[in-house]
Amino acid sequence: MIEVLVYLFLVLAAVFNLMGLVGILLFPDPYTRLQASSTCSTTAVISVFIAVMLEAGFSAITGKVLVITLFFFVSSPVGAHIIARYAWNTGIVPWRKLRKPAPRPEEGPHD
Amino acid sequence: MTTALAFDVIGHLFILSSVVALYRVLWGPSIPDRLLGLNVVSAQILAILVLYAAKEKLHVYLDVALVYDIFGFVGILALTRFLERRRKEESPR
Repeated sequence: MIEVLVYLFLVLAAVFNLMGLVGILLFPDPYTRLQASSTCSTTAVISVFIAVMLEAGFSAITGKVLVITLFFFVSSPVGAHIIARYAWNTGIVPWRKLRKPAPRPEEGPHD
Repeated sequence: MTTALAFDVIGHLFILSSVVALYRVLWGPSIPDRLLGLNVVSAQILAILVLYAAKEKLHVYLDVALVYDIFGFVGILALTRFLERRRKEESPR
């Protein structure tokens, strides 16, 4: 029964990891890349930790992994926030999708 | 025994994905992209260390993983502080 949960969390970690990689490689902007990478990598790593804790049972490994999980749960979002604040202070403009193509010159201004 | 095999497979997948995420560190267009890639690679190496410790039942790698996590966080903090200070010194000229 425990093994099924371990496999479930490992598969969850693999899926979140691949989704985060797709976000890192394809998104157009540092802010969107930061959103994809921070959420997906945090979730993947924490589900790996949960799987390891479930497999180890009540032992010393579980305690140490619990300490690592608590610190990572604080440090990873704070690190992402620091990077986003640095990008904002540097003056990088957020990416914005164009709503409609520019009006043709013979139509004139739209409103 | 089979969970050890599953930990091994997921560890190799994390190694491959950290190599792919290293693309952002090497060819990222701007500095925040490189920092972001560094954050992702450090998180995945942390997961690899924990998986190896659980596979081999060795406690030493967990201590290494905790210190690696702390130093990765402090490293990103120090890098952003350093880069902001350098930018402020360069901008008034």
